[in-house]
Amino acid sequence: MNIMMNRIKWVVGASALTLASGAGAAGTGVQAEPDWTLPIHDNQVFGQVLFDRMEYQRDGDNELALWDAQAWIGKDRNRLWVETEGETDLSSDSGDIENFDVQYSYRFDRFWDIQTGLGAQTTFGPSPNKERYSAIVGLQGLAPYWFEVDTNLRVTDDGDVSYDLEAEYDWLLTQRLILQGRGETLVAFSDVEEWGVGSGINNVGLGLRLRYHFSREFAPYVGVSYTRFLGNTEDLREREGEDVESSSFVAGVRWWF
Amino acid sequence: MSDRHFYAGMSRRRLIQGAATMGLLAGFDSLLPAYARGQLDNTNAFHTVRNGADIYDLTVARTPLKIGGTVSEQPITINGTLPAPLVRLKQGREAILRVTNTLPEATSIHWHGLILPYQMDGVPGVSFPGIMPGETFEYRFPVEQHGTYWYHSHSGLQEQLGHYGPIIIDPAEPESVAYDREYVVVLSDWTFDSPDDVFRNLKVAEGYYNYNQRTVGDFFKDVETMGWDAAWSKAGMWGRMRMSPRDILDVTGSEYTYLMNGSPSASNWTGLFRPGEKIRLRFINASAMTFFDVRIPGLPMTVISADGQPVQPVETDEFRIGVAETYDVIVQPTDTAHTVFAQSQDRSGYVRGTLATRKGMEAPVPPMYPRTERGMAAMGMGAMSMGAMGKDGDMNMDSGMDMGGKMEMMSGSNDKAHGQMMMNGADSGMNKMSSDKATMNEVPTAGRPISHGPDNHGPGAAMVASSPQSRLDDPGVGFETANHRVLTYSQLQSIEGWPDKRPAEREVELHLTGNMERYMWSFDGKKFSEVDGPVKFYHGERLRLILVNDSMMDHPIHLHGMWMELETGAGEYRPRKHTISVKPGERVSALITADAPGDWAFHCHLLYHMDAGMFRVVSVV
Repeated sequence: MNIMMNRIKWVVGASALTLASGAGAAGTGVQAEPDWTLPIHDNQVFGQVLFDRMEYQRDGDNELALWDAQAWIGKDRNRLWVETEGETDLSSDSGDIENFDVQYSYRFDRFWDIQTGLGAQTTFGPSPNKERYSAIVGLQGLAPYWFEVDTNLRVTDDGDVSYDLEAEYDWLLTQRLILQGRGETLVAFSDVEEWGVGSGINNVGLGLRLRYHFSREFAPYVGVSYTRFLGNTEDLREREGEDVESSSFVAGVRWWF
Repeated sequence: MSDRHFYAGMSRRRLIQGAATMGLLAGFDSLLPAYARGQLDNTNAFHTVRNGADIYDLTVARTPLKIGGTVSEQPITINGTLPAPLVRLKQGREAILRVTNTLPEATSIHWHGLILPYQMDGVPGVSFPGIMPGETFEYRFPVEQHGTYWYHSHSGLQEQLGHYGPIIIDPAEPESVAYDREYVVVLSDWTFDSPDDVFRNLKVAEGYYNYNQRTVGDFFKDVETMGWDAAWSKAGMWGRMRMSPRDILDVTGSEYTYLMNGSPSASNWTGLFRPGEKIRLRFINASAMTFFDVRIPGLPMTVISADGQPVQPVETDEFRIGVAETYDVIVQPTDTAHTVFAQSQDRSGYVRGTLATRKGMEAPVPPMYPRTERGMAAMGMGAMSMGAMGKDGDMNMDSGMDMGGKMEMMSGSNDKAHGQMMMNGADSGMNKMSSDKATMNEVPTAGRPISHGPDNHGPGAAMVASSPQSRLDDPGVGFETANHRVLTYSQLQSIEGWPDKRPAEREVELHLTGNMERYMWSFDGKKFSEVDGPVKFYHGERLRLILVNDSMMDHPIHLHGMWMELETGAGEYRPRKHTISVKPGERVSALITADAPGDWAFHCHLLYHMDAGMFRVVSVV
């Protein structure tokens, strides 16, 4: 694991070359020669890959594998941001990539990034698959009281509009044992039956995950997750014979490099 | 002063040292410089005196060393040792310092605190291009001052890897200070990880090294001591700001091994003395990131100089030494062994050494102080804003903290809780206010309103202090309940004052800003790469530099090439410094004579803050 992480780190590091070396920066003094190095390099490119949730979920006999990951590369204020979330049903090997978003992210405020880009949503597995694409604009950042918030407005290629919101909060039980509360919801502005989306509030998801940090980077966890579908979406799912409510035991790992 | 007779084994050891520069020497913790063994005189193979000039040959190299029992490949040594050897100069002579770079990358040496021509200041990109691999650069300058200083790399993050050493400049005229023996005590922080990795961790993961964050348990402890309402609104206040009162040091004992003259605690650096002697200890904080609190339990220390400049003797039990600062103290041991104890400001680790009459002796090592957290003063509300509160604890937000337009959240319905909490938080400031009222009145910037731009410095600054206070009489976070003497800047007084008696003709104000979440550090919200020009001083002018700390951390601010006369309220007896530590929410001012034409670095001396952008060039034109 360590070797692999080091290697990945090296790759990230190698791409994090220092740009803009060579004098000529405005803040350098009056006598610096053009071929001198800069005194400091405060404009480096960094990057990070975070698997926020890589987990197994079990609700009765249903078994799911779920991922929720993000990666970014860039400087302090401008970053390329990739996010993906999805799940696969372990019994049928089918599932969906709920989103795979590639976004430009700009820090416009002390704690907030505005993000905009394109996203893809697809299903996979034995049954016929489908896909759709959307344009995204969203906010990601740290709200007062230390809530990590990620929220997006999406317009699909069919013109359907939806809004999603995720928030996480960490309670430090000790310096290494952390209880994370998580909430998410999705609001659609039109019915999209093909995707199981009814207009209005689609669902509310709540989760509690207790993780232990063996290091800052690596933290396995266990927890519970609850999802409730609501309104038109609930009706839609009832008609299709799908669950409108699920409570799961989850186990997984949070790690980054 | 010489104590060579104590070291019968010296010549043999120096032989071994010579042989060992080739590689590792089992049994030695690291290859230590001669002064770490008590040899402070100038009889080194790499030092000669010719035509009235002190000539040093210094070779920068990567040398594998054993530190605290673990071998590291990464130390950057000078003449084979970590820390680098003592450079001992004489006031009035010329210094010729020939630095040879055997690294595969460029290097440099900055002579910290020395007044010299700008071309000799050693900052790549500002004073010269740097010393390329294989090159030898000759630094040459007249030595104008005397005292305790130090030198270090100004290239990249090399300083973290051992590229630092002490400078002693002997006065041309004998000093009035009497002592029988002297030691240099170089404090530093060592990591076995690559400094690039440390920097990346800080950049991508806020609080990576902080294992003293507030927990749920801490909240309930607050409930116990201050009641539910106050605890709740304290948590709320920090939560709204998205600031942690526990951000005291960015890189902590979880990462660092702290060193005293290159030795970790287990190796127990020892300075020998004979009973009855007076010892001059020259403390140098050569750390990359660590403020140390230094004391010698049971032994008062008389501070006789700060940043190399003599001060009126002041006796104390403890002092906090910011990164890059130096203090000279006189001690007269009463026992056969005394522990020299230096704990990191956040109490995440310490290093100890011993003053002893025999090698191998030890004195009890005290426990570290309990961990602590910042009070409200750190937010820039200070003690003075207490006056802005109504009787029932309501706070006048105009003089409170500005949370980026979210002030209404504070002035809501939490009535008594706020007042109560602030009383606790601003405790130390309150107690001292009465005794130092006179002092405060003399600080020219005291009570002056503060202005921030309409954008409050932008995303580069996570907060601004709208009512910063002069807290030069406050020893700082962690000493709120101390019942012993702790040195403060307000106690430092020069002996005769300084030559330029003019008042300031002009003022330059800079704010110290940062955003921990992205580890962006800057002046006025702008990183070095974002500014549109150097800070201009006009040659010959007398100016007042005002520093306002808009961040939640202490910053040791260092100006190259010119002294900063710190306005402590001591009038013409104000001390002068090369590095001023500015506490969170504090405003300080210093008088400067812009008598050094050229370009000079001006920066926070926390290595990773500097590298993250807290750096400016001052051009004296």
